[in-house]
Amino acid sequence: MSGRVLGAAALALGVAVAAPAWGEGHAEPIGDAEAGAEVFDYCVGCHEVGAGAENGIGPHLNGIFGRTAGSIENYKYSKGLTREGKLGMVWDLEHLDAYLTNPKALVSDTRMSFDGLDDKTERDDVLAYLRQFSDNPQNIPEAAPTARPPEVELPPEILAMVGDPDYGEYLSNECTTCHQADGDYDGIPGIVSWPEEDFVIAMHAYKRKIRPHPVMQMMAGRLTDEEIAALAAYFGKLE
Amino acid sequence: MKLDRRAFIGTGAAAAAALSAPHVRAASHGKPKVVVVGGGAGGATAARYIAKDSNGEIDVTLVEPTRMYYTCFFSNLYIGGFRELSSIGHSYGGLAKQGVNVVHDWAVGIDRDAKTVTLAGGAVLPYDKLVLSPGIDFVDGAVPGWSVAAQNKMPHAYKAGSQTELLKAQIESMPAGGTFAMVAPPNPFRCPPGPYERVSMVAHLLKNINPTAKIIVADPKPKFSKMALFQDGWSRHYDGMIDWIGQDFGGDKVEVNADEMTVSIDGEVTKVDACNVIPAMKAGKICDMAGITDGRWAPVDGHSMVSKMDENIHVLGDSCSQGDMPKSGFSANSQAKVCAMAVRGALTGSKVFPAKFSNTCWSLLDTDDGVKVGATYKATDEKIAKVDGFISQVGEDDALRKQTFEESVGWYAGITADMFG
Ligand SMILES: Cc1cc2nc3c(=O)[nH]c(=O)nc-3n(C[C@H](O)[C@H](O)[C@H](O)COP(=O)(O)OP(=O)(O)OC[C@H]3O[C@@H](n4cnc5c(N)ncnc54)[C@H](O)[C@@H]3O)c2cc1C
Repeated sequence: MSGRVLGAAALALGVAVAAPAWGEGHAEPIGDAEAGAEVFDYCVGCHEVGAGAENGIGPHLNGIFGRTAGSIENYKYSKGLTREGKLGMVWDLEHLDAYLTNPKALVSDTRMSFDGLDDKTERDDVLAYLRQFSDNPQNIPEAAPTARPPEVELPPEILAMVGDPDYGEYLSNECTTCHQADGDYDGIPGIVSWPEEDFVIAMHAYKRKIRPHPVMQMMAGRLTDEEIAALAAYFGKLE
Repeated sequence: MKLDRRAFIGTGAAAAAALSAPHVRAASHGKPKVVVVGGGAGGATAARYIAKDSNGEIDVTLVEPTRMYYTCFFSNLYIGGFRELSSIGHSYGGLAKQGVNVVHDWAVGIDRDAKTVTLAGGAVLPYDKLVLSPGIDFVDGAVPGWSVAAQNKMPHAYKAGSQTELLKAQIESMPAGGTFAMVAPPNPFRCPPGPYERVSMVAHLLKNINPTAKIIVADPKPKFSKMALFQDGWSRHYDGMIDWIGQDFGGDKVEVNADEMTVSIDGEVTKVDACNVIPAMKAGKICDMAGITDGRWAPVDGHSMVSKMDENIHVLGDSCSQGDMPKSGFSANSQAKVCAMAVRGALTGSKVFPAKFSNTCWSLLDTDDGVKVGATYKATDEKIAKVDGFISQVGEDDALRKQTFEESVGWYAGITADMFG
């Protein structure tokens, strides 16, 4: 639990942006939380934050400030984040800012498929936004949760379908020409260890051309419901 | 988590026996043997997938002369200055770790009756199934005045590595305002957008170091892949620099002289400072030696990539003729997986699913201006047939073009990991 204690210490510092400000005893806001809510649009495909937020493709971000890396139970982290957490890395402002600037520069084997935000203002704003959900103690303001309604309304029988991971393994051959089987990200998103439902919804969103990417629309377009379930089952189990 | 493949193969065996073609067991004693000739996009993928998915039940030997494979894909980006040459070189350590027996030698003979491959070093390798993915060779005399003996003066750079390096160096040492010429190949050839992506990258390079230089392309074809996208990109980025002479203007009547460094197009002789000759292509020579070609290419059945001339030989990638798929690294990789599944099915009785193929070719026009074309395919009894496709549009916004380029970088990392482990 020493991580938590450390985290709290970092948290106290974390509120201020400019280092000199600490000494002068007044903290400047990190950024514009309202603008940050919009920047968070980059993140909502994978992360939820706010009351009732749950883990999805990425872990929920309630209480992220001061949290030890890789520490949420029931979320399957990349090797990288698990390792950093064990080594004691805590998500304070400095680490969050570095991570958002270039995720792989901080944690080379993270699974987060995100290029990073070059724009310092955008980073400050989104961190200010996230900071609201990290009050100490972690009483989450009753903001609307960012969990969005699913992109496609799928009939329950499709969501309930149990995929055959062996069939999924065969079908995955088509995916691994671009998506790396170890989940690494170099410009094409990693797709391993996703919750099956998120995977199924994403694929159906491509299949129905709700998500725009033409390659994925084409690939998903010829997959049957069973095949999508099989792929979700297979990739969900890979790490 | 690793899935339990053994259990899968076990249950698959019964199904496959009921479903599939004659169940061939190894004639020789011991484990069934697969020899793969050519460690490129098709061969490396096939060797890796057969070894990986058979968990040691099949002996896989890969024969490839070079220790370092330079991908043709992204070699144009090296010419443009977007990649280092070292970043497109790959060695075979990962395949060896996966259990593939990698032999660095040339295959020089195939005895189809004895089912053996002879190597230049004298070794004779027996096989139960042979996979050939030797890429392309050039048709002799295709461009009058050019032969492989002239390839150092007028490089083809259509097999990547030293040829690519040479071509780039020759372009870099052109005099100010000099002329670069390309002789483009007739259909069908490796990587349909390849010559035109190269023109874009040469233009990008010259725009930076030699902005008054000129580019002439003599093309035997009336049109080419992604033509509207390339021509739009050329006029936006390199206005007035590129002169493309298609078949309608005599681009098919070409002769070169490597000693004089001249190119004659429809009777008009031009002195050039660097010249890239990309001759007509045919299947890698070893296919001819094996006697499995019909004309320039080796015909295959799309359901399993098996040769139409020999049920124990599969042909992948550029060397085969299969139907609608373009000759690309993506296609070769996709075909290799179908082949690997068929080979394992035949040798170990593992489950065989219906063949599916896909391809996407990205091209870079200029910094952050990427375009793509792609399609999905299925096997029919006549050929591999196109199912569905898409192509980038002229006039897309900058953000989308940048994203397309970034995606191509991701694809490169993905496919090379998929080939070499
Ligand atoms: C400039 C350029 C750009 C390209 N860009 C793209 C792209 O962006 N995307 C894409 O998908 N494709 C691209 N391609 C096409 C792609 O490189 C080829 O289609 C692909 O490499 C074909 O794979 P293959 O296995 O048939 O042959 P190769 O990859 O060429 O592999 C053949 C291998 O066989 C070996 N070999 C040959 N003969 C023998 C023998 N007798 N014994 C042993 N070994 C032998 C060779 O050494 C070679 O390593 C491009 C090609 C070029 C030239």
